[in-house]
Amino acid sequence: MKKTRAENDLSHGQISRRAALLGGAQLLFIGGLAARMRFLQVDQADQFRLLAEENRINVRLIPPSRGEVFDRNGRRLAQNAPSYRIVIVREDAGDTDAVLDRLSRIIPLAPEDIQRTKEELKRSPSFLPVTIAEDVRWQDISRVSVNAPALPGVTPEVGLSRVYPQGSDFAHVLGYVGPVSDYDLEKIADPEPVLRIPRFQIGKVGVETKLEPLLRGKAGAKRVEVNAAGRVMRELDRREGTAGSDLQLTIDAKLQGYVQARLSEESASAVVMDCDTGDLLACASAPTFDPNLFVRGISVKDYRALTGNKYRPLASKTVQGLYPPGSTFKMITAMAALEAGLIGPDDTVYCPGHLEVSGRRFHCWKRAGHGWVDLQTSLKRSCDVYYYDLAIKVGIEKISAMARRFGLGVKHDVPMSAVAQGLAPTMDWKQQTYNQSWRVGDTVNVSIGQGFMLASPLQLAVMTARLATGRAVEPRLIKSVDGIEQPVRGGESMGMNENNLRKMRRAMNAVVNDRRGTAYGSRIIEDEMRMAGKTGTSQVRNITAAERRAGVIRNEDLPWERRDHALFVNFAPIERPKYAVAVVVEHGGGGSKAAAPIARDITLQALYDGPPPLDAYPAKDRERIEAEQERLRDMQPQASFVGQDQA
Amino acid sequence: MSYLEYAVKSAPTGFRKILYLNWPVAILLASVAGAGFLMLYSVAGGDFNPWAEPQMKRFALGFVLMLGVAMVPIWFWRSLAGVGYLVTVALLVAVELFGTVGMGAQRWIDLGFMRLQPSELMKITLVMFLAAYYDWLPAKRTSHPFWVLLPVIAIMIPTLLVLRQPDLGTSILLLAAGGGLMFLAGVHWAYFTVVVASAVGLVATVFQSRGTDWQLIKDYQFRRIDTFLDPSTDPLGSGYHITQSKIALGSGGWTGRGFMQGTQTRLNFLPEKHTDFIFTTLAEEFGFLGSISLLGLYALIIVFCIWSALTNKDRFSSLLILGIALNFFLFFAVNMSMVMGLAPVVGVPLPMVSYGGSAMLVLLLAFGLMQSAHVHRLR
Repeated sequence: MKKTRAENDLSHGQISRRAALLGGAQLLFIGGLAARMRFLQVDQADQFRLLAEENRINVRLIPPSRGEVFDRNGRRLAQNAPSYRIVIVREDAGDTDAVLDRLSRIIPLAPEDIQRTKEELKRSPSFLPVTIAEDVRWQDISRVSVNAPALPGVTPEVGLSRVYPQGSDFAHVLGYVGPVSDYDLEKIADPEPVLRIPRFQIGKVGVETKLEPLLRGKAGAKRVEVNAAGRVMRELDRREGTAGSDLQLTIDAKLQGYVQARLSEESASAVVMDCDTGDLLACASAPTFDPNLFVRGISVKDYRALTGNKYRPLASKTVQGLYPPGSTFKMITAMAALEAGLIGPDDTVYCPGHLEVSGRRFHCWKRAGHGWVDLQTSLKRSCDVYYYDLAIKVGIEKISAMARRFGLGVKHDVPMSAVAQGLAPTMDWKQQTYNQSWRVGDTVNVSIGQGFMLASPLQLAVMTARLATGRAVEPRLIKSVDGIEQPVRGGESMGMNENNLRKMRRAMNAVVNDRRGTAYGSRIIEDEMRMAGKTGTSQVRNITAAERRAGVIRNEDLPWERRDHALFVNFAPIERPKYAVAVVVEHGGGGSKAAAPIARDITLQALYDGPPPLDAYPAKDRERIEAEQERLRDMQPQASFVGQDQA
Repeated sequence: MSYLEYAVKSAPTGFRKILYLNWPVAILLASVAGAGFLMLYSVAGGDFNPWAEPQMKRFALGFVLMLGVAMVPIWFWRSLAGVGYLVTVALLVAVELFGTVGMGAQRWIDLGFMRLQPSELMKITLVMFLAAYYDWLPAKRTSHPFWVLLPVIAIMIPTLLVLRQPDLGTSILLLAAGGGLMFLAGVHWAYFTVVVASAVGLVATVFQSRGTDWQLIKDYQFRRIDTFLDPSTDPLGSGYHITQSKIALGSGGWTGRGFMQGTQTRLNFLPEKHTDFIFTTLAEEFGFLGSISLLGLYALIIVFCIWSALTNKDRFSSLLILGIALNFFLFFAVNMSMVMGLAPVVGVPLPMVSYGGSAMLVLLLAFGLMQSAHVHRLR
C-alpha cells in the first residue's frame, strides 16, 4: 500500500495532536503523583513518622526482683532463688521433633509437656524460645549442658522464683506467691503492666499478698528496636527498676519452728506475743503445709489432700479461727465487775453446782458445786456459777465493752489473710442480727465465754498481754521495712485500776501455781520464770438435761468434731511479764490437759530462747519432757533449702 | 512507505550513529538505574549482594544491547514486527502449557541461563505490531469498524493469555498500552467512549459476580480491591502492604532519614522491598526531595520521548516511540500510585529501579528500538 507524502503528513499531523493530548494527560498524572508525594511526605510527615516509630520501638518490661523476708534475727524466710527451665529455639534446632525425642531420652519429660511444646513451636515465630520444662533439677540441667552438641537449639535458662527456706513453718504467716491468674487481674482495678508478664509471681495469701505493693517493687523497662517479625534487633535504652522492699517480721524463726513442731499434727494454733511491744514472736497454725508446693503449682492430688483433711491445714487458725473463749473469758467478766465496783473485798458467792436464771438452770462444770467461792478461788478452780452471778449484776453491755477494750471482737491490724473480727455481743447486735431481744440467759452464757462470744487465738493473746501489762498493746508483725524500724503502735495505759489488774494477775497466778489451780500440772518451777494463766474448755455442743441426768459423756468417748475445744492463755514471768501466749487445741478436750502443757513448753522455749533446762519443770514431769524434747529436736527442720535439692 | 523512501543519505552511518543517539534519554535511563543500584545496596543492608551487583551487571548488558539495537536501522526492526508478535504470543501459550509456577502465577519459562517472562516481551512486540499495522493502514481506514476490530483482537489475545496466568497488573498494562496506541493512531473518539462505558459496565458486572458461581475474578483479587478501598480494615492482613508503605513514605518527610537509615526498610516492615515496593525505601531515606527528583527524571524521559516522536516524520517510528513512552509511563505511574495508596496492589515493578532481570532487559531493548527510530529518522 503505497502512501503519498500528503497522506503521510496528514496522519503525522493527527499523531502529533493526539500525542500532545496523551502527553499532556501523562504530565498531568505525573503532577498528580507529585501532589500526592507532597501530601504524604510533607503535610502528613509527622503523623507517619510517629507511626514508623511505633512500628519499630517496643517497650519491654524488666521484672523487678521481689523483696525478701527475714525473721527478727535476720534469718531468711522468703527469698528469690534461681529456677532452671529448658527452652528450645526452632530456628536453631532444625528438626525439632528429633531434638525433643533425643532430649526425652536424656532427661525425664512428661508426654504432655512434649505435646505442648510441639504445638507452641508450630504457633510461635522461629526465633522465640519455647519452654519445654520448668523447675528442672540441677542434675538434668547439667545433663542437657553436657549433651549440648546433640541438642541444637536447646538451652537451659535461669529465672528467679520464690522459695521459702523454712518450708511449712511460715505457710500461714507469709502465705505464698503464684503466677498471676486472670482471676487476679480481674480483681485489680488498674493492673500494672508488669502483671501481664507471663507467669509473673504475685502474692496469693498472707503477708505476701497483704504487703504485695511493698514487696513487688517497680518494674524497669527497656526500649528495644524490633523488626516486622518481632525479633529484637538492638536495645535502645534501659531504665532499671527498683527491687521490692525487704521485710523483717517480728517472728522468731527458731521459736516459730519449735511451736509448729510442738503443735505437730494436732488441729491447733498458738500465738506468742511480746507483752511490751506487741511483737508476734510466733504465730503457728497446725497442721501446716509446704508453701513451696503452691509456688511451683500444686498438683491436684496434693491439693485434694489439703482440702480434704478434716484438720483444715490451709486455714490460718491463729487469726482466722474463731472459738468460744470459754473460761479464758472469765477475766473479762471479772474485770467488768471490778471496774464497775461490784465486787467487795470479802464478797463470796455460793456455788451449789448450778444457778437458776429466769426458770432455766445453768450448770457449773462441777456438778457437786464449789461451795463458797471468792474471786481468786473462782478463777483458780474455774467456777462457773460465780461468773453467772457477776454477769447478771454487771450486764452484757459492760462485759462487751470490757471485752473490746481487751481486744476481743476487734479486728487487729495484722497483715495476714482472713483476719477475723470475732464477736463481743451486745443487745443491739442480737436485735439486728437475729431480730430478737437480748435475754439474761445470753449474758450468763457470755460470762463464761460461751454463747455468742467468739475470739481468735490472736485476740486471746492480745487480751492476755493487756491483762499482764495494763497497757493497750497492739500486735505487730512487721518489724522493719528495708531496714527501717516500724513504729510500735498502742502501748498506752488502758486506764484501769491497777489494784483490779493486780487482783486478776494474782488469781491467774493461783490458776497455775496454787495446788488446787486447774493448771497446776503445767506450772513452771523456776522462780524467775513462773507463769500465770487461765485454762478454757469451750463446748461445741449442747448438753441436754437427759444427758446430765445420765452423766455427761466424757470427751474421749465423743467423736473428734464434737469434743470440747481446749484453750489456755498465760503470761510469764509473773513479776515482769515478757511474753503472752495463747493456745487453742481444736476439739482437744479439757484446757488444762490438752492446751496448758503446750503453752508451758512454748513459754519456756521463749523465755530461754531455746530448749529450757529440765529443772524448770516439776520433778515428776522431767523424764517425759526430756523424751519429748528429744523428739521435737528431730522434727524441727534444720533450715533446709527447699526448692532445689529435692532429688 | 517502503524503506527505500527513507532518506538514507541523511541518516548517519557506521559508528557515527553513536553521536546521533538520543543521549538525554540514555543518560536519564542510566541515572534512574543508578538510583536503583543505590536503593538495592541500601535494602540489602549496605551490601552489593544479593541485589545491587547482579542488577548492575544486567544493566550493563542491557545498555550494550540497547546500543546494539539502536545501531540497526529501524526499518529492519519494522519488518520483524509481525513475526515478533506471533512468536511472543506463541511463548505466552507455551508458558500456559509448560511454564513454571511462581508466587501463585505462571509467568516465566526457565531457559537455563535466565528466566524469560514472555509477558514482559509482549509489551514491546504488541506496541511494535500495532505501530507497524497503523503505518501500513491507510489513514482514512483507521476508524473503519473492521480495521478497528483487527487490532482489538491483536490486543485481546495476549491480554487474556496474561490474565490467565494470572497477572492482573501486566494485562492491564497491555490493554492500556494497546488502547493508547490506537488512540494515538487516530481511531475515532466514539470507539473509546463506547469502550470506557462498557468497561464501567464490566467492572459493575465483576462486582455483581462476587460470591456467585460465575465469579469472574479470584477471591484474592477481590480482597486486593477491598483493601485498596479501605486498607485500615485489615492492617495486618492484606492491607499491610499499603499501610506500611504509606508509613515508610510519610515518615521520610522533606529530606528523609538518610541513606541506609530507613527503619521501615531495615526492620522488614516493608514487603518486597527490593522489587515492587522499592520506591518506598527511596522515599523513606531521601524524603520528598528524593522522590520528587526520581519522578522528575521519569517525567523528563517521557518528555524527551514525546519530543523525539513529534520531530520524527516516520509514522511507524513516532507511533513506536510514543508506544514505548506510554508503556514506560504506565509502569512507573501504576507502581507509584500503588505504593502511595492511589491504586490497588497489582504487582507492577518500578521501571529501571526494581530488582528484576527480564523487566529491565526488555525495557532497555525497547529503548534500543526508540533510539534506532531516533537515529534513523527522516531529516
